[in-house]
Amino acid sequence: MHRYIINRILLVIPTLLGAAALVFALMRLIPGDICLVRLGSGGTSFTEQALQTCHAEIGIDKPWIVQFIQFIWGLVRFDFGISMWSGKPVVDEIASRFPVSLEVAVMATIIAVVLAIPLGTISALKQNSWIDLVVRTFSIAGIATPSFWLGIMSILLVLDVTQAISGHPWMPPIDYVSFWKDPIRNLSIVMLPALTVGYRYCAVSMRMTRSAMLEVLREDYIRTARAKGLVEKIIINRHALKNAMLPVVTVIGLEFAFLIGGLVVTEQVFNLNGIGRLMVLSVQNQDYTLTQALVMLVVAIAVLTNLLVDLLYAGLDPRIRLN
Amino acid sequence: MTRLMALLGGCIAALVALPALADETPKHGGTLTYMIPADAPPTFDGHRETTYATIHTAAPYYSVLIRVNPDNPSSTTDFTCDLCTEMPKPTDGGKTYTFNIRTGVKFHNGDPLTAADVAASWNEIIFPPKGVLSPRSSNFVMVDKVEAPDPTTVVFHLKFATSAFLPALADPFGWIYEKKILDDPSKGPHWYEKNIMGSGPFKFAGYELGQEIKGDRNPDYYHKGLPYLDHIIGIFAPKQATRVEAIRSNRAAIEFRGFPPASRDDLKKQLGDKITVQESDWNCGSVVTLNEKKKPFDDPRVRRALSLAINRWGGAPALSKIADVRTVGSIIFPASPLAPSKAQLETIAGFWPDINKSRAEAKRLLKEAGAENLTFTLLNRAVDQPYKYVGIWLIDEWSKIGVHVTQEMLPTGPWFEAQRTGNFTVDLQANCHSVVNPLIDVQPYLPSSVSKQNYGNYEDPEEMVLYNKALHETDPQKQHEDMFQFAKYVMDTKAHKIMVLWWYRIVPYRSYVKGWKVSPSHYVNQDLSNIWLDQ
Amino acid sequence: MTVAAPTPTGTSALAGERLATRWHVALAAVVSFIRRQPVGSIGMFLVLIFGLAGLFAGVISPYNPTANDFGAMIQAPSWAHWLGTDQLGRDVLSRILYGARTAYIVGITSATVGGFSGLVLGVGSAYFGGRIDLFLQRINDIVMSFPLIIMALAVVSIFGTGVHNVIAAITIPLIPRCQRVVRSSALAIREVPYVDAARALGFSHARIILRHMVPNVVAPFLIMLTSFVGQAILAEAALSYLGLGVQEPTPAWGLMLQGGAEEYATTAPWIAIFPGLAIMLTVFGINLFGDSLRDVLDPKLRER
Repeated sequence: MHRYIINRILLVIPTLLGAAALVFALMRLIPGDICLVRLGSGGTSFTEQALQTCHAEIGIDKPWIVQFIQFIWGLVRFDFGISMWSGKPVVDEIASRFPVSLEVAVMATIIAVVLAIPLGTISALKQNSWIDLVVRTFSIAGIATPSFWLGIMSILLVLDVTQAISGHPWMPPIDYVSFWKDPIRNLSIVMLPALTVGYRYCAVSMRMTRSAMLEVLREDYIRTARAKGLVEKIIINRHALKNAMLPVVTVIGLEFAFLIGGLVVTEQVFNLNGIGRLMVLSVQNQDYTLTQALVMLVVAIAVLTNLLVDLLYAGLDPRIRLN
Repeated sequence: MTRLMALLGGCIAALVALPALADETPKHGGTLTYMIPADAPPTFDGHRETTYATIHTAAPYYSVLIRVNPDNPSSTTDFTCDLCTEMPKPTDGGKTYTFNIRTGVKFHNGDPLTAADVAASWNEIIFPPKGVLSPRSSNFVMVDKVEAPDPTTVVFHLKFATSAFLPALADPFGWIYEKKILDDPSKGPHWYEKNIMGSGPFKFAGYELGQEIKGDRNPDYYHKGLPYLDHIIGIFAPKQATRVEAIRSNRAAIEFRGFPPASRDDLKKQLGDKITVQESDWNCGSVVTLNEKKKPFDDPRVRRALSLAINRWGGAPALSKIADVRTVGSIIFPASPLAPSKAQLETIAGFWPDINKSRAEAKRLLKEAGAENLTFTLLNRAVDQPYKYVGIWLIDEWSKIGVHVTQEMLPTGPWFEAQRTGNFTVDLQANCHSVVNPLIDVQPYLPSSVSKQNYGNYEDPEEMVLYNKALHETDPQKQHEDMFQFAKYVMDTKAHKIMVLWWYRIVPYRSYVKGWKVSPSHYVNQDLSNIWLDQ
Repeated sequence: MTVAAPTPTGTSALAGERLATRWHVALAAVVSFIRRQPVGSIGMFLVLIFGLAGLFAGVISPYNPTANDFGAMIQAPSWAHWLGTDQLGRDVLSRILYGARTAYIVGITSATVGGFSGLVLGVGSAYFGGRIDLFLQRINDIVMSFPLIIMALAVVSIFGTGVHNVIAAITIPLIPRCQRVVRSSALAIREVPYVDAARALGFSHARIILRHMVPNVVAPFLIMLTSFVGQAILAEAALSYLGLGVQEPTPAWGLMLQGGAEEYATTAPWIAIFPGLAIMLTVFGINLFGDSLRDVLDPKLRER
């Protein structure tokens, strides 16, 4: 068991290294560079000399292997370098944008879990009833709807509804304030994006809950419990739900990692100043250092989440634990 | 001679305008909140950046030597003093400009501003030392030397007399930095990338990364009575829908770059009188470049045919409803005195009044050149306004002479790289400049050995002859004719470049914002000193 | 279900009879599926509708989807244009019909290529185990956690735009997902003793894999394939929205939602509503069908 844990943790390292190499190579294979974007995006002309100076300044004229070693060495010391675009430390750039994304992710998770587990359970208990049908339709629609389209439609809907009711169209405020400073304003900014992202999250979790519950409810020990005359509610809560939770938690954990990817599009739609939007910008600007750091962050979150889920599985599933 | 007439005309115009201005006496006070259409500027250093984001963010905190008249910014000839006392007349056969610098100007840190600071700043721009980025240094090919013989005099010595100097000097990026800081080895020019310290109408008050930048009124501003505003707040918002919405819901009053026609119509419909719209031709044009190293684009007949196929006169009105384009013109800014007249323009291929005749000629040329059923890929930049729309429109137009074109849209970096490495056949690009200065603005159309910005890969000594003639000509009438010959040569005879359409700047804003006037460039007139709020 | 009448003589007649029998069997299977899985049938129906729309777009669409009509820009739905026109005057309905073609081509190709690659890798990884498995799993982890937008941008920037490159960009993230599922199913077989016995007897790797492992993973694999088509269509939409997908003027649902649609969302909502609805209905149908396919193929979930 301990060996399993240690092995599992060690395996994270080659994954991170591989991801680092991949992002490093991909970014440099893209034609053009940040200096071209920076000097020329306005359509105005610039001198060759300016371009060369920029290259030398940023250091992208050095051989790749040198740049790669600098990058890895920096990662090891948790020094993520300076953003090539703004000249500010990458950590500052990311830290100032992380709270928004985190808040949306957390709220989406809360919405998802709070809705998915009860609804999924009821759906499983009353399989093929009309409740089941409604829940299933709702969840499949959640998976089928493109989240950015849902975002656009929801903004439109809110605009039209508020216009119809009060005569003034309402749109969320532009500048972000933290929850602790002004909770109402903060929630009004974050609510729609969280709902949009959370819908899909909720749908996936709901389906998993339903199918896991269905499987568990077929088990013999449930049949026995029913035959014994136990109250249905106790059967559900004490026996069925607990055993069904394992795959559900797995899915919730894995989907959280995918959530970060979904944020990229959502932040575009709702103009949130988060790391998803930062990633789009840094990639468009061909800002190597910032993109590399962001990718490592995203990969690390995904890898760690997977690790936690695997360890949780190992811990909870007696079959693995005792093997 | 004509400069004097222009000055006179400017005075008369100002006098005529005065009564109108006198109706509204500016009110002092208030906070102007404006939107900046970008995520954040790369740095605050106006000498090294080329993006308008840097201008909109930091221009209010700096002074310049001369500028386009803020009360008449759509003029292409009306330049006024900011730090100097009066516009000088050139001496020494037009080769020397001596500027008298105001006294009593102070930087925001309290240090006095003298001619030495002005000279140091301009030397950094025109003759950048090693390791210092100055993208616009080629605009000043005519400058030989800049010096400050005493604390109130700055002298520019030119290599040759040309009317292109003053417009170049009015560069909105020509911020005056403190010589002491530029020379300080521990600070140097790179200090200005992260710090804002100027002598402008506003004092820097704070910057939140990716969010907003704030400024307070400079009580010691040397233009007495200005600025009217107490505070300014610039909010960054790269997404257009957000900026439109901000103005609609009055979270911000104005955005200084421009909106597409649909947003203007939307705002006007929703808010009526509460929105004022100012529009202007934009000193940006969509241009098609052909890679003359690739057959059959080495044949001027093929190039001319492609230009003839485009129905500019007929298509522009429709396109202007959905895209930021409007005016049909030559490679010279249409509202500039150097631009050809409509009659002259209509003699250039692609601008003939009869499109059917043009297209018939185009087909004939293609046949003659053996390039019937021509097929190629148009390289375009993956940006909506107006690249995407113009690209789609061009493909449609070319299909009308039997040319089949597909489009390849690349993000900015790869798009640039493809052009620079010659990895394209036909390319749609934009040629943008700030102050209207046609003699300098056409530099990207000069042969490749002269202008690295020309991705067409061709040599043409005759073109240089025509250009130099216009550049060095001092008589405005003759210069006008020279420029027309140059334009005709570039667009028709050799058809090196296909001028598509000039962009159009539309700025809808809240009606309580007064004093701001639109100009052909979103870089110009951005120090916000003459804006006041009617609230 | 009845079989054909008494046999006439001759092999060709017999072959013809077998064909007729096979058609009957297929038809009967479909009918029984519809009867037993009414919800899934709705899904199948939706999928077919859009599929046929894409297939016959050339015949049924009222306008050329790439024809600009500057006289009819941004028009609301009317008799002339049932779903309205977009900013360039192009008929939205025609673009949706042709867009179905793009969606299915992208979706099916990505799903098939991605699915089969994942199948091969998953089975191989499970069968050979050891270092190969470890190595493949690490690659899996990397690709799965890597942001799609960067891979898509790299593909587009290096190889250019075009449907093929979009398909490549979308296929890559699908492979590890498939590989994971296939691997865990295949692992179950791997542990069974007769595989080792078969090796001891000298059966080739290929025979064991194809005869024993693959049949066991076919069911979850097919279910994955159907969901992949839906995911690929959604991925194309997201990439096009970010400007990294299919390019103008190709009609594609995701592309129709990019740029202009948001700009005109308040004044001309039909430009944004219909393409999104098309995506949603198609993927909805695919998922419904996939779900009921699972119910049919997976004995464990059948109702008792």
